[in-house]
Amino acid sequence: MNVSLNVNGQQRTLSTDPQRPLLEVLREEFQLTGTKYGCGEGQCGACTVLVDGRRLLSCVTPVSRVDGKTITTIEGLAQGDALHPVQEAFLAEGAIHCGYCTPGMVLSTVALLKEKPNPTDADIQSGLAGQLCRCCGYPKILKAVHHAAEQLRK
Amino acid sequence: MTSFAPFGIAPVDVESMEPMRFSFGFSRRGFVQTLGAGLMIAAGPLPALAQRSGGRTGGRGQTVAARLHLGKDGTITVLTGKIEMGQGARAELSQAAAEELRVPVDRIRMIMGDTSQVPDDGITAGSRTTPGTVPPVRQAAATARNLLIDLACQRWSVDRNTVEVRDGLITHATTQKKLTYADLADAEEVAKAFAQAVPSDVSLTPVKEWKVLGTSVPRPNQRDLVIGAHQFPSDISRPGMLYGKVLRPPAYGAKLISIDLAPAKAMKDVIALQDGQFVGVAAPTTHLARQALDAIAATAKWETAPHPSSKEIFDYLKEHVQSRNDLKNPFEADLAKAAKVLKQTYRVPYVQHAPLETRVAVAEWADGKLTVWTCTQNPFGYQGELARTFRLANDKVRVLVPDFGSGYGGKHTGEAAIEAARLAQAAARPVIVKWTRTEEFTWAYFRPAAVIEIEAGLDDKGGLKIWHFVNLNAGGSGVDTPYRIPQARSRALSSNSPLRQGSYRALASTGSNFARECFMDELAAAAGVDPLEFRLAHLENPRLRAVLEEAAKRFGWTERSRKQSPNAGVGLACGTEKGSFVAACVDVARDPDTGDIRVRQVCEVFECGAILNPNNLLSQVQSCIVMGLGPALREQMEFENGRMLNASFGKYRVPRFKDLPELDIHLLNRPDLPSAGGGETPLIALAPAIANAVFHATGKAVHELPIRWPA
Ligand code: FES
Ligand code: FES
Repeated sequence: MNVSLNVNGQQRTLSTDPQRPLLEVLREEFQLTGTKYGCGEGQCGACTVLVDGRRLLSCVTPVSRVDGKTITTIEGLAQGDALHPVQEAFLAEGAIHCGYCTPGMVLSTVALLKEKPNPTDADIQSGLAGQLCRCCGYPKILKAVHHAAEQLRK
Repeated sequence: MTSFAPFGIAPVDVESMEPMRFSFGFSRRGFVQTLGAGLMIAAGPLPALAQRSGGRTGGRGQTVAARLHLGKDGTITVLTGKIEMGQGARAELSQAAAEELRVPVDRIRMIMGDTSQVPDDGITAGSRTTPGTVPPVRQAAATARNLLIDLACQRWSVDRNTVEVRDGLITHATTQKKLTYADLADAEEVAKAFAQAVPSDVSLTPVKEWKVLGTSVPRPNQRDLVIGAHQFPSDISRPGMLYGKVLRPPAYGAKLISIDLAPAKAMKDVIALQDGQFVGVAAPTTHLARQALDAIAATAKWETAPHPSSKEIFDYLKEHVQSRNDLKNPFEADLAKAAKVLKQTYRVPYVQHAPLETRVAVAEWADGKLTVWTCTQNPFGYQGELARTFRLANDKVRVLVPDFGSGYGGKHTGEAAIEAARLAQAAARPVIVKWTRTEEFTWAYFRPAAVIEIEAGLDDKGGLKIWHFVNLNAGGSGVDTPYRIPQARSRALSSNSPLRQGSYRALASTGSNFARECFMDELAAAAGVDPLEFRLAHLENPRLRAVLEEAAKRFGWTERSRKQSPNAGVGLACGTEKGSFVAACVDVARDPDTGDIRVRQVCEVFECGAILNPNNLLSQVQSCIVMGLGPALREQMEFENGRMLNASFGKYRVPRFKDLPELDIHLLNRPDLPSAGGGETPLIALAPAIANAVFHATGKAVHELPIRWPA
């Protein structure tokens, strides 16, 4: 089947098995390796991308389901050299251990702060419940999300 | 159960790992024929330094050039066999070099874990980077600085005392003559000077003069991580690379009787290979490789073998203890005279490390050489493992370890690389093998299960006089008691683990500390003394006392431990490992709806000598505490008939955001003491502190991990 996607502002078309997970298309066809495999079962959020601004787990999404959609991956979040405030906040708070969960965590935070610009700790804890950090860097991630929220409200 | 062929007896003492067994049947001739068919390996960035064979010298006798490279642009490249997986070695070792070279830290570039370029600094584990690799890096950097100053003095014919160096600029005070390190980079004399061995007595910058060490330098490549530009091992792609998958047995101990590869071979561009028990496929996409594997897996016939279940595991381990006599308490006669005797058995299940990046390797053959990009804590060990498996000389194998998605003691062995290399050989193309989450949960090695038996005797004043401690199967790490007990014997006995087992964060000492610290509370209760007082009465080590007292004070232990409530409690525990010291006080409550334990607050004090990077250390302590909640409250591998029953994040529940307790962490800095590592020990006090809090609330002592609120 032919699938056409807008990925990070670029129009892409490919012919592929409609059942192929979006994650593998992004990584293996478009070399967008910032989107990570952590479980393939929708349990860890490492593969999170934004589709029309909403979170989507690309590992459990057949590529045919996003045909014609607009997708943002971690590589498309910054505007040139200017990082997104959420990315800046993760850097400022040092909310990174191994960094393997970071792309998914950052994108999920972007979506969360759109819904809840002024989140409480509890909002963040439930809003990011699907994002696993096996390094358990949650304390600094929590700070980074607050930090980003503050910047975005300005 | 006798027909089951176990994984052998592996002492799990220092850093340990049980490699996966491969036995390839390829003939030497066939093997050589496939070589040379691959693609050229791109030359490394420092070809002149390539192919240095490493020795685990800990830096002794090493030349400056083996450790440092001076660039004409002023960058200084530091070479180390250590790897970065989020624990902070990249920043810390950059700081070490920058401090002694008197340059800003951003001038330092690290090359880590590339066996063809770096010295063998041993495995990255056991909190050894700080005490074991920071010093040789500092010594090499200090030696380099001295040599560069000498050279400048020679050029100017001035006395050494009249020059100073700051920001990589050597300045002669009176004439104001200046030379940068970059100016000297090309000089022949530098090449000659750097060929000298680093003297072990070179003087290092004292702590009170530190400008870079002791500060919170962020991870140097963190920007690449937030923009998705960093290439983890699983992101490496080589020209013509195929995606590989390996057939796994349906159960532990199962043997492949027959398989038909034809369905895979019939697929376009798919290769399929059987070599004894090893069966794998490689295809241009992961999707196709999965389909090919599924197609042949459906044809496979297996012979299964009996395998103990997780329910029987503790009996099984005890039945298979190596030397039954050693279970005996040598103090039996004296115990008979003790005022009180307590005896208890603790059980610790197998747990999995479950790093977010699963095992992965890209393998490429060219001109008889094998190059592998992979995630491992043990690049040189991996190199050796690959060389042995493929009958190559060590220098024909290059292992590169890009910063990877962590390991927690779980990535010491080279199975994914061996699998990728075997498939790459058959395909005559580079191949990547990335394990699925299910494979990682099932076939990676586990933190060992343990049965721990303790027997102790108190005198009539509540003094702890006799102690006998046996850790069965989990190894010797953390078995010794830090308490002063006149008659004490602690030991580790091997058993016959039915699962492949190895190190964990803080090795297996998590289990031993859990048992000991829980038992200390039971003894305190028997003696009628508060757990804090009971510990202090038997504790001489001033550093351990200091963290314990500080944690108790910050937490308000004395007041809070007096309150009694059936659904909430407080507990404490302490311990020492790898030259560092930890104490934790926790507050827990029972969730009235689910009956689950909720850890509401953790107050932890940690001390590891002079702190090298406060922010990074804080991250490590936070990480240990939150990660430690998993095995304390929920994590355990369940298996039956050789099959893992919970090999997914859906069923094996690791800590998530909502588990995060209120944290009060205090890092005790001791600039007067040598620095020890801090990425492991902060974990060991957590589980026993939680168990003791449950004991405090319910009056029922806890003897098992994960901890359950007693019914
Ligand atoms: S990889 Fe998609 S949720 Fe884990
Ligand atoms: S930083 Fe390692 S998984 Fe989150």
